[in-house]
Amino acid sequence: MSGRRLLTLHGVLVLLFLYLPIAVIVVLSFNASKYGVQWHGFTLKWYAALLGHARIHGYVTNSLIIATSSTLIATILGTLLALGIHRYRFFGRGGLLFLLYVPVVIPDIVMGVSLLLFFAWAQNYLRALHLGLGTVIVAHVTFQIAYVTLVVKSRLAGLDPSLEEAAADLGATSWRRFWKVTFPLVWPGIAAAALLAFTLSLDDFVITFFTAGPGSTTLPIYIYSSVKRGVTPEVHAVSTLMILVTTLALLGVQRASNRR
Amino acid sequence: MNRPSWRRLLATVAPGAFWLVVFSLLPTLLILYASFLQRGPHGWLSGPLTLANYARFFGISSSGFDPLYLNILGRSFLLGVVTTVAVVLLGYPFAFFIARSRHKNLLLLLVVLPFWTNFLIRVYAWIVIFQRRGVINAFLSYLHLPTLHLYPSWTAVYVGTIYTYLPFLILPLYASVEKVDWTLLEAAYDLGAGRVRGFWHAVFPQTLPGLVAGVLLVFIPALGTFVISDLLGAGKAILIGNVIQQQFGGSRDWAFGSAAAFVLMALVLLGLWLYARRAGESGMGELL
Repeated sequence: MSGRRLLTLHGVLVLLFLYLPIAVIVVLSFNASKYGVQWHGFTLKWYAALLGHARIHGYVTNSLIIATSSTLIATILGTLLALGIHRYRFFGRGGLLFLLYVPVVIPDIVMGVSLLLFFAWAQNYLRALHLGLGTVIVAHVTFQIAYVTLVVKSRLAGLDPSLEEAAADLGATSWRRFWKVTFPLVWPGIAAAALLAFTLSLDDFVITFFTAGPGSTTLPIYIYSSVKRGVTPEVHAVSTLMILVTTLALLGVQRASNRR
Repeated sequence: MNRPSWRRLLATVAPGAFWLVVFSLLPTLLILYASFLQRGPHGWLSGPLTLANYARFFGISSSGFDPLYLNILGRSFLLGVVTTVAVVLLGYPFAFFIARSRHKNLLLLLVVLPFWTNFLIRVYAWIVIFQRRGVINAFLSYLHLPTLHLYPSWTAVYVGTIYTYLPFLILPLYASVEKVDWTLLEAAYDLGAGRVRGFWHAVFPQTLPGLVAGVLLVFIPALGTFVISDLLGAGKAILIGNVIQQQFGGSRDWAFGSAAAFVLMALVLLGLWLYARRAGESGMGELL
């Protein structure tokens, strides 16, 4: 067999490996059987059951509230950080960069337990930050900031500095320079960073697991506890819908970036 | 690069820096501090400062050496190493397959999609595949073959980990493979190099930045995982991540859990420091 053919065969096998689990879940979500993997006929009843499942609606709402508010905060803070780090040299810049990389590179669980410890401490001594939606949002912002800053920073690094200089020569104030020149150029980077932050928040399990309290159950936490207790077929339906949303979002992003 | 006025620096850097100091640096310092405390009467922490947690982790006690937790740490390392090797064997040729294909965008999308599919769903799917009446055993009994015990097991944990982190390697590696300058390979052939030698000297070094970034992105989370071993090992596969989770959950010995978490973090940061010393700021950027 030629090298080229071997490469293709290997590629096809890897793709099968990547898609086997996803296919299994999608197929099971349409299976009439409540237990096991035997095919008992096509059904949409698990999807219908979802519609009447009020608790799951609450989990979806929690996930969306957390993702939206944390993305908003992280995008603002991260964009400002990227601007400052890109433009200025100052004391502590290296330390700040290090602090930015830490949440990206340390294992999730270390970040999860250290935030749990911090929140428990604040609760004990400051009577603040009780575990709930608020603490999950704070935790998510903490890892999102790093990603937002690094994405926006790389976009800023690709800008032509002479544009800002030209604006300055024409007498634009620094505020005006930012809104009229820098911001429109960096905008796609900020949007991409926000989208990344939003997806990371929706997808996160480990950090949410340690920082959530009663009443702040998210969709991933619900899936985890269902798997621990024994899965109901509704979980297959929820998962399939989540896969569908991811696929549509990715296709949307790809189309948007092709058009540019 | 300007020398900033204080006002501008405060307006841009200060809010984010404040956030990171309070919610990232401070919690990390708290973990370090808590690792020297003891379990208090109500499951909370209390003084005085002690080295007992580290002594317990490294198995040093008055009754001799007990490598319980060091073995668990070793098992986590083994999982990290085996996963990394397997993922490189699967992913390295695959990155070339994408780069040389006519359907690059489609193939990239096909790798990104599982990557963005919720992690728990992907791990759970392997339970469905491996369980007693799961996909594999259903297939085996259809062929009238004896069924296998695959879940819960270490095999399942390994397959699940390899599966989960494969895209983490392919994506940064592909970024390097795509930029490979193939004329170097032709030059090597012209100079009389064979296929293997030509690849090794002309192509492989060009893929190294992506490969190293990918390996770190696989090895570090694999080292710290607790969800995959928890679900696919069903409580029987204990890794360092599971130890930390148990101490902060059911066992409620936060002091010991903090010591275990700090050991894990110190190992990761040490590895990264060694990497950053060679690669610098731009090299850290490759990690994204």
